[in-house]
Amino acid sequence: MSEPRRKATGRASPKPAAKATAKPGKETAKPAPRATQKPAAKETAKLADGRRVRAARTNGAATASARVNAATQAGRRSRTNGAAAGSRRVAASPMDTLVESTAVPVTGPAARNGARPVADQPIADQPVTDRQITDREAAPGQAAGQETGGRQPDVWDERVASALAFLRRRLTGDFEVDEFGFDPELTEATIYPLLRALYRKYFRVETTGVENLPVDGPALIVANHSGTLPVDALMLTVAVHDETPNHRYLRLLGADLVFRIPIVSEFSRKFGTTLACNADAERLLRQGEYVGVFPEGFKGVGKPYRERYRLQRFGRGGFVAAALRTGTPIVPAAIVGAEEIYPLIGNIKPLAKALGVPYIPITPLFPWFGPLGVIPLPSKWLIAFCKPIDTANYDGDPEDPLVVFNLADEVRETIQQTLHELLQRRPDPFG
Amino acid sequence: MDVLVTGISRNLGARLAARLAEHPEIGRVVGVDTMPPNEELQAILGDRVEVITGDIRTVMATVATRDAETVVHLGVMSTPGRAGRAAMKEYNIIGTMQLLAACQAAPGLRKVVVRSSTAAYGASFRDPAVFTESMPPTLMPRGGFAKDIIEIEGYVRGFARRRPDVTTTVLRFAPFLGATADTTLTRLFSLPVVPTVFGRDPRLQFVHMDDALEVLTRAVVEDHPGTFNVAGPGVLLLSQAVRRAGRIGLPVVEFGMSAFAGFVRASRLGLDFTHDQLDLFVHGRVVDVSRLIEEFGFTPRSTEEVFAEFVAARSHRTAGGLPAVRPDALLAYESQILDGIRAVRSAAGAGVNALRSTAALMKNGLR
Repeated sequence: MSEPRRKATGRASPKPAAKATAKPGKETAKPAPRATQKPAAKETAKLADGRRVRAARTNGAATASARVNAATQAGRRSRTNGAAAGSRRVAASPMDTLVESTAVPVTGPAARNGARPVADQPIADQPVTDRQITDREAAPGQAAGQETGGRQPDVWDERVASALAFLRRRLTGDFEVDEFGFDPELTEATIYPLLRALYRKYFRVETTGVENLPVDGPALIVANHSGTLPVDALMLTVAVHDETPNHRYLRLLGADLVFRIPIVSEFSRKFGTTLACNADAERLLRQGEYVGVFPEGFKGVGKPYRERYRLQRFGRGGFVAAALRTGTPIVPAAIVGAEEIYPLIGNIKPLAKALGVPYIPITPLFPWFGPLGVIPLPSKWLIAFCKPIDTANYDGDPEDPLVVFNLADEVRETIQQTLHELLQRRPDPFG
Repeated sequence: MDVLVTGISRNLGARLAARLAEHPEIGRVVGVDTMPPNEELQAILGDRVEVITGDIRTVMATVATRDAETVVHLGVMSTPGRAGRAAMKEYNIIGTMQLLAACQAAPGLRKVVVRSSTAAYGASFRDPAVFTESMPPTLMPRGGFAKDIIEIEGYVRGFARRRPDVTTTVLRFAPFLGATADTTLTRLFSLPVVPTVFGRDPRLQFVHMDDALEVLTRAVVEDHPGTFNVAGPGVLLLSQAVRRAGRIGLPVVEFGMSAFAGFVRASRLGLDFTHDQLDLFVHGRVVDVSRLIEEFGFTPRSTEEVFAEFVAARSHRTAGGLPAVRPDALLAYESQILDGIRAVRSAAGAGVNALRSTAALMKNGLR
């Protein structure tokens, strides 16, 4: 029930708004309709980037001076918009409408004074409805768009304000998690930026076939697993979130070992992972989520380097049964690049057995360099989503093991084939 | 319709008996227990509920002698308290066995409502995120209460098989919270520093005491055979709950948790920190309540609401200690910091702007 509402809150996080208003050029600035705020925001940003490139190419002092002018105006404008942004964060009372009306005018001091009294109200206990957030998020953007016609609001002020508000919400417990323990706000604010840096800069991931994922509704994404540590799962999450037009979350299914270890179990749940069991998978799929699963499990992630890109046996094929029972399309995904991050050249079996873990890896960097061993090698990654396998019209009983194994094999073959294709596209693992 | 309520000297039993006694569709209410209710509960009960106390066997046999139509079995201890684990087990297990034996022999009996707990699902790392009524516990729980609950449910299932003419309802309650609830959890959240487990942030669910009473009443008045989870929809993380209560979490390493629990028990803080609580604080537990909502046509207050209400009620008569972390104070700090940063930045920005505009002017002038 609370699912869509929570999502809306997640979307309304300060970032998209900041992006939207970050670089509106002179002719941009159509305020994005709220429903599509995030994608629209991204486009605007991209557009602005494109224009900047073009502007740089057209020669002459005119562009330069224009840029300087814009900068000056932006500087002057900063205080007002800053105040607006500030009030946006804190206001959550009937004063709301009042604040907006005072925040929109361009006169600096007035806006600032308008924002003040609201901040002093003890209003934290009052529920902030999505409607209010939406209004508050949208208002300054519109104001900036309509009035200034493309002057920059103060990006840093917004960042500081949103960071402080984030911190306060954390300290007072004023956030929501779903029944699986997923905390979208924390995920977007902490781990995604980190993973995104790895995804874009370090592994230079190229993702194809995102159009094979249904825009709305559930999908079961089945991928190959490799790399000693499950970095591929994290990269797949980023790929799904960043490349899908509506920035969907990928809810991973993790082995029970994940939930046995302190800290790891805590944050796995907060970042959207749940236990790999049919009950959880089906529940997530019924709620319309993307579910990511690695049927190879430890056999895949802990296989030696010499067996790289050779898919291991799939488990019991529970994922197929879950998809069949919920009529969810299965999207096979192939990940190339994870095999090289921690080439596994050995396994300290006795120690693994003593610790109750599947393996203790020996890699070029571990255990020789101690904690430095967790630094992955900078391989080049390719991720491909294959054509979905429709299960809604699939003629087969999910309880029939033969049906399940056949379908699992089909998925497995698709992934293996795609892996080969991707490997041909990537002649040099580190290129 | 005559109702017999076991566990009358316990908080839940007394409150339900008092509520049933006022219900127009219910006739006589008889309460039984091994010891008499304390003064506070006696005041709630008034004189409309007949209370019978005595040894567990004779007390439970009252069912047959009084010819009750409905039996509500609330005589289940969740923590050993001062009595100790042996007495708790005796009360829970032997009490239930005696009661069901008497029930089986009572020809006029129409309905049995049993208070169970979501502890029946245990708490382990292999648990599914959300339990439905049909799921068995993944691992046998090690907590005494959970073990008792599982055993009690087993007896009840056996009884339901032998007496299919009796409507048997099993209600699995999440931990109670609310102004009138008084459990280990409520006491825990009233401490200034709440012990948590390092590296774990369990998902918790609560049910409001009044909602629990409402569900029990409906189960008595209406017919809802089967097993139902009773919990507030939604979840709260333990860390979230601690912060919302304005308390400070004290992470204890899992390793030393048992020793810590023993220490807490010995320190006579009124806390029974048992294995049940411990496992709950490590792994958490969430149940699905859609069956209850569909069958009873009643949606309990959400876990968030229940907790908010609990915090509000507690803050009136808070148990001293450290000053709570107050959200409004934090909000004030936040705006102060923000204003400070703004002031510094605008001061610095003014200088830069002046330079920039001069540069722009010069450029324009040159052209």
